[in-house]
Amino acid sequence: MRTWSDFFSMGGYAFYVWGSYLLSLLAIGGEVLFLMRRKKTLNRISLEEQKTK
Amino acid sequence: MNLYKYASPVNFYPLAGKLIPWFSIPAAILFVLGLYIGFFIAPTDFQQGDAYRIIFIHVPAAWMGMFLYVLMAIYAAVGWAFNARLASMMASSISITGAMFTFLSLVTGSLWGKPTWGTWWVWDARLTSTLILLFLYIGFISLQAAIDDPRRADRAGAVLAIVGVINVPIIYFSVQWWNTLHQGATIRILGKPTIAAPMLTAMLVMLAACWLYSVAVVLIRLRCIILEREQTAALASEATA
Repeated sequence: MRTWSDFFSMGGYAFYVWGSYLLSLLAIGGEVLFLMRRKKTLNRISLEEQKTK
Repeated sequence: MNLYKYASPVNFYPLAGKLIPWFSIPAAILFVLGLYIGFFIAPTDFQQGDAYRIIFIHVPAAWMGMFLYVLMAIYAAVGWAFNARLASMMASSISITGAMFTFLSLVTGSLWGKPTWGTWWVWDARLTSTLILLFLYIGFISLQAAIDDPRRADRAGAVLAIVGVINVPIIYFSVQWWNTLHQGATIRILGKPTIAAPMLTAMLVMLAACWLYSVAVVLIRLRCIILEREQTAALASEATA
């Protein structure tokens, strides 16, 4: 792999190689995103509880 | 220091919080390093061209799917046998990440299968047993979600997780026991010593990154589960008081 266009074309396998890594990013990023949202909701609930007490 | 103290969810909660950055930050660094080695240092494979570069995520994801299943089953069994709530929560936390990696190994495998085998999917022993692994994870997650009482959900999940462990050696040895289309993963790499080093290094760095990532997200989720269950317990005691 010498040039950037060679790099992006992946010897003609661009769809499969980049598709794999895009899906990996979506799966891992999605897991982190959902987890952060779950955490945020929980923190909000516990804050509200403290206020009412 | 009394280690047994940390078997209690309330005591483990702050410890887990302190541990998380020790895993999440190295995970991010190793993901970048592994991809750098995999894409810029590892040479093009003379048989498969650049399509083989899917290996750097496919193999670690497949290994994590299996490792995490065994780990989940052990935690579920300990939680059941010793009535240890924290261990059962750990099993629930692991199940999501394990399912994510198993799903990833199947889709990246499919994207690799199309250019190298000419098909997205075959009902081959390794692929089928990996699909069963995904179904076991989904079964565990839905079973737990379907039962309201958390300790009953833990016990039901434990039974499923323990029975399903038999599938893991089947996946692992499937390429030896049956005549399959799937290659014996590491054999190919070890067979070509000239290109072995950077390819193997990239794969192992990515595997380490996936491990560290898994520990970090499992601990974050474990903290969420502890909070959720404590809150539910508090609500329940308020209602009965």
